Amino acid sequence: MGGNGALSLRAEGVTLGYAGRPVVSGLNLAVAAGEILVVLGPSGCGKSTLLRAFAGLLPAASGRLVAGGEPVTGTSADRALVFQDDALLPWRTARRNVELALALRGVRRGERRATAARWLERVGLGDAADRLPRELSGGMRQRVQLARTLAAGPRAILMDEPFGALDAQTRASMQRLLLDVLADAPATVVFVTHDVDEALLLGHRIVVLGAAGVAAEFPVPASRDLLLAALGAAPEVVQDARPETRVEEREAV
Amino acid sequence: MTATRARGPRADATRADATRTDVTRTGAGRAGGARVSGLLRWPVRAASLATALLAWQILTAANVRFWVRFDRFPGPMDVLREFGRQVEEAQFWQDIAQSLVRILTGFALAAVLGVVLGVATARSRWAGDLLQPLFEVARPIPAIALVPVAILLFPANEQGIVFITFAAAFFPVLVSTRHAVKALPVVWEDAVRTLGAGRRRVLLRVVLPGVLPGVFGGLSIGMGVAWICVISAEMISGDFGVGYRTWQAYTIVDYPGVLVGMATIGLLGWLTSAAVEVAGRRLTRWLPREER
Repeated sequence: MGGNGALSLRAEGVTLGYAGRPVVSGLNLAVAAGEILVVLGPSGCGKSTLLRAFAGLLPAASGRLVAGGEPVTGTSADRALVFQDDALLPWRTARRNVELALALRGVRRGERRATAARWLERVGLGDAADRLPRELSGGMRQRVQLARTLAAGPRAILMDEPFGALDAQTRASMQRLLLDVLADAPATVVFVTHDVDEALLLGHRIVVLGAAGVAAEFPVPASRDLLLAALGAAPEVVQDARPETRVEEREAV
Repeated sequence: MTATRARGPRADATRADATRTDVTRTGAGRAGGARVSGLLRWPVRAASLATALLAWQILTAANVRFWVRFDRFPGPMDVLREFGRQVEEAQFWQDIAQSLVRILTGFALAAVLGVVLGVATARSRWAGDLLQPLFEVARPIPAIALVPVAILLFPANEQGIVFITFAAAFFPVLVSTRHAVKALPVVWEDAVRTLGAGRRRVLLRVVLPGVLPGVFGGLSIGMGVAWICVISAEMISGDFGVGYRTWQAYTIVDYPGVLVGMATIGLLGWLTSAAVEVAGRRLTRWLPREER
């Protein structure tokens, strides 16, 4: 369904901003095909902005964004973005939201229904397929969004704190699901989170984004202490690691 | 991005959950309460109407002249009798058919063009620059003031009346569509674009369904002003139609006829507005109950 395997991503001296006010300046970052790169950093350092730029929603003010060797000039089904907040179409049921992604991928009408049902089953929402987004909780809506994204088989998945709204148990199962799906259908992932444990669990590599671009970079497994020390400049990140979810995630690790 | 926004998803989810519980709770409470008080409310409503009719009957039967004069005013029984006489005549139904054809033609044109041009001017800078100034200049002119223009422009009366009806309904639809497009959450469009949708598909899959609640707001208002204008235009320049017949009755001092005309206009207006309302509700079932 998806394209031909994972897509490498590269930012070359990229400056990004809104209304002439730069949020990211002169960033250099390369993500190998099939790599899971986790981006940590203080609020406002441009993590979400970077994802939007890779998705093709925000053109670079200067520098170059490259995906699979081609310059990024706009959006593409190959580079899917999982949003932090509600991105479901409220007039479509959970199943029809997932079917939309399949329709946009050119999947035949007959196949869409079964495929969408299968993906909702995988995110644990088989019973909620015919409910409208307003009839689902915030966490359930986020899982539908994940199903919608994964069903389309993108070659790069840009994830903006996708599991932030989930309870600890669902969060752990969604993290496992993501890793399972990636094992079957390799894709490059850029994953933004505030949760250090999540970063360590999912990432092949972790970069800490600061005001002046990449402030620190760690292959995983990294020394947790070293990572926390590097985050000293970004105290929100540590505060935001949610204590109530930690225990279970450590078990998952 | 501030620290609070970074904590957003969880906070939002909790808030959303809280709202949902409230909605369910008040929804259930309202439904239960409505059943009980609904039984009590209908007699009150009926009594209100009956009292007004009775007052009308007494005032006219007693030929009351107390600054306001009821001595030449037809009573409800006169009107009912006249109504009974008219429904048996073909002309009454021809007038209704004529007015309905006029209003539905003008309204349909206004609905289609209002939505198309509303979306175009909201989404395309080029279309906005080209058309918006024209709309801003034309919009403050009440449609009924266009009667002389319509008489000059159109070879037949019929077309003039449809044009005035169209002009009346067009601007409410245009303006509410435009606002609805501008108010669409950006994330819906962004999400569908990153799933591979181009401009056309974003328009069909996100913009058009997303603006429906706003469009129906405009259509409801449009239907109301369309009736005002079609009736006024018929009174001024029609040869048939409920408005023409009502004015005709006035000129021949047939006051019960005037009131039958008024009641007919009211009834038709109510029916067509209800049709728009029902269509709107059916097409926007996805909205939370209180926003439908």
